[in-house]
Amino acid sequence: MLAKRIIACLDVRDGRVVKGVQFEDLANAGDPATLARRYNAEGIDELVILDVTATLERRRALAATLRAVSAELFIPLTVGGGIQSEADAEAALDAGADKVALNSAALAEPALLTRLAARYGSQAIVVAIDAKREGERYAVFARSGQTAAAREAVEWAREAADRGAGEILLTSIDRDGTRSGFDCGLTAAVSTGVPIPVIASGGAGTFEHFHEVFTSGAADAALAASVFHFSEHAVAGLKGYLHGRGIPVRL
Amino acid sequence: MIALIDYGAGNLTSVRKALAAVKAPFFVPVAPADLEGASGIVIPGVGHFAATRAITEPWRTAILASVERRTPLLGICLGLQYLFEGSDEAPDLAGLGLLAGRCQRLPPSVKVPHVGWNALSTRRRSLVLNGIRDATQVYFTHSYAAPITRAAVSTTEHGARFASAVEQDRVSGVQFHPEKSGDPGLAILRNFVALC
Repeated sequence: MLAKRIIACLDVRDGRVVKGVQFEDLANAGDPATLARRYNAEGIDELVILDVTATLERRRALAATLRAVSAELFIPLTVGGGIQSEADAEAALDAGADKVALNSAALAEPALLTRLAARYGSQAIVVAIDAKREGERYAVFARSGQTAAAREAVEWAREAADRGAGEILLTSIDRDGTRSGFDCGLTAAVSTGVPIPVIASGGAGTFEHFHEVFTSGAADAALAASVFHFSEHAVAGLKGYLHGRGIPVRL
Repeated sequence: MIALIDYGAGNLTSVRKALAAVKAPFFVPVAPADLEGASGIVIPGVGHFAATRAITEPWRTAILASVERRTPLLGICLGLQYLFEGSDEAPDLAGLGLLAGRCQRLPPSVKVPHVGWNALSTRRRSLVLNGIRDATQVYFTHSYAAPITRAAVSTTEHGARFASAVEQDRVSGVQFHPEKSGDPGLAILRNFVALC
């Protein structure tokens, strides 16, 4: 039986992890490779590196990070945040990423998905959707949630799948950073509306939140950052909890 | 030296890194004749079966000649599917035909592509899965899958059961990605490298 995936997200700026890291080993706390190694030892199923750098040095730092992480970790690695073009995707994949996550660039030019899927295969193409509840609908936002994209989340997810995306990484803007739980309504609407796997993101705070998103949210995978950063053995503890509640996980 | 065939189907970086991690000397052949000296052949590949069109007739002939010489062959993901007669994904293209049967799309009753960690149900002893316990979880990402025939040494279920690892004489294949399956994946690569 296919396991529900637990994915850790590393927010990286200029080659350093920037968000919510509180480790005893302060000297290396911000080193993505150190953190990745630790998550791997705890049994994380995949890693996402979200590049939040805004400088021209971005690509060089990102490539160095990817090479360091992928040289020793043999689990799937996705890169998102700075993929604006085919050249960006190529650089990330050549440096060791298995998948690239596209957000604003795909909204601006959906045909980019078609081209990338043809070149690298759908399994390498993740479409990241940031959505916010507006009444009964979920509106899509671009540019880190700053610009309304005039698209509805389920409809955009369907188009992305039709164009060759292999997975959807779905973030609730309302819940992101709140630790109040995933938006299960949003997740279920998209997950049951597309034929491809959906990764839920935004709002993870407790183990129970993961159980909710895998059941009522119909998520195929769940992603979190700070909930894993803050405590040791959180990944192993979470998986043990889910297994005990009947959710199939990789142990 | 193991020949890692690059026919442009996806990115070889992960497979290269995994072969380096298990200390397997390998090279990427630039001409079919390069296969004559290879101690083993790996056919990787992700994406659409149509990508195998890039494996032109001289390459096919060289690969099949290597198999005749009993050079160990490992197909990974699309590489496994290519060992069969063909795939419904690109019906006009022939596979290597080393294994009987055709690959079919996974059923629409489940999410496709099949992405994530799923369990191997081992069927019999094999060289490629030597030391791998039944129910070991490995990483998959694919939409088409191979039929369960005598060659299947493990099966996996996603909507339907399919052959997740195959072995027939010196020809083997895995539908999952050993280069992305953590320690069990590296152990499977080591099993193959030990044959070469």
